[in-house]
Amino acid sequence: MDNWTFAATMIVVGMGGTVVVLGGLGLLMSLLKRIFPAQDEKR
Amino acid sequence: MFDAIINGLSGLGAGLLHMHWSNPVMIVIGGVLLYLGIKKDVEPLLLVPIGFGAILVNIPLADLMGDEGFLRTIYNMGVANELFPLLIFIGIGSMTDFGPLLANPKIFLLGAAGQFGIFLTIALALLAGFSQLDAVAIGVIGACDGPTAIYVTSKYAPHLLGPVSVAAYSYMSLVPVIQPPIMKWLTTEQERQIDMNAFPTTPPSKTTKLLFPIVVTVIGGLIAPKGLPLLGTIMLGNLMKESGVVSRLTKASENEIANAVTLFLGISIGATMDGRMFLTPQTLMILAFGFIAICLDTVCGVLFGKIMNAFTGGKINPLIGAAGISAYPMAARVVQKEGQKYNPYNYLLMHAVGANTGGQVGSVMAAAIMLSVLQGIGLI
Repeated sequence: MDNWTFAATMIVVGMGGTVVVLGGLGLLMSLLKRIFPAQDEKR
Repeated sequence: MFDAIINGLSGLGAGLLHMHWSNPVMIVIGGVLLYLGIKKDVEPLLLVPIGFGAILVNIPLADLMGDEGFLRTIYNMGVANELFPLLIFIGIGSMTDFGPLLANPKIFLLGAAGQFGIFLTIALALLAGFSQLDAVAIGVIGACDGPTAIYVTSKYAPHLLGPVSVAAYSYMSLVPVIQPPIMKWLTTEQERQIDMNAFPTTPPSKTTKLLFPIVVTVIGGLIAPKGLPLLGTIMLGNLMKESGVVSRLTKASENEIANAVTLFLGISIGATMDGRMFLTPQTLMILAFGFIAICLDTVCGVLFGKIMNAFTGGKINPLIGAAGISAYPMAARVVQKEGQKYNPYNYLLMHAVGANTGGQVGSVMAAAIMLSVLQGIGLI
């Protein structure tokens, strides 16, 4: 694989993948916070 | 008899006679690292063993990195097989509270933006003529995360381990110097004054904090299996901390294990700094690219903070984007300090800590994704 293709792949898949995965984790954790709210545990 | 005395004396001076010009230079560099660690308190836990390791390995004929040398034994024991960085990660996980991040999970995105420098630096290193795997090792300095940089470099570009590790740890400690001018340059005074005290956050429940390391491990591992050792160890440490039922293991991970491994890791890294291999134009380029990587991380983090600010109707102070790197808790402290310069009543610290811990997950996730991409394209 030539350097240009490699760099483009790393930027698109690497950067894009990091944003998508962390964004997805953020959404999932927001959902888990709603399912298991802190107030319920205090009660 | 006279000959024997002469031969004996020549044996005593053999070290001096075999000295290459680069050895005394490296001994001085080792001394500078010791000075920074001891006198200036710059990452002393690492710079002291690294500096001393650099001095040891540059004394000729001692052969400490030879097949039977004790530094080679330590290196093979935990650096060549990537064990030491992973053990350090268990300690980091057990020391990190992801509560501020889970209080506002949107901030995860800042932890992703803070890793963009890794990928952009890979492209720049390729332009400068480095091979693809060397460029990956150089780019990973932008993770601002020593163990991740060491893990990736020792596996895929072990000949660059010395300069990459020194760059990673040096720039991490220089975050308070590198970041503020970039933060000021990219934001308006009005943006820097944004008060986040009223920004809605809800603390996570104990169950959510317990589920977090398991969810990150399973999802991250399924998406980027090549990085599972990194993800799995940091999350194991965090699960042990949050569970509260294995306090002996948690304490051992964050104290005894982390301390012993830090010593071995430091001295092993120092041992890779043999002058003949270290003092090359390539090393200077790696140090320069490491600096660029951390600047780009900060630029991308702050710009992403500005985008989030626009999407939330001006509720997010873009300065917290600079904390989306892994240098914890230094980057968060820098954000708090800079924010208070422009609005003394603004307390950005908890939001910045959230972004900073997001950066810790982000750096590991970015490295994991990068390794899986490399595997996908058949480079590793």
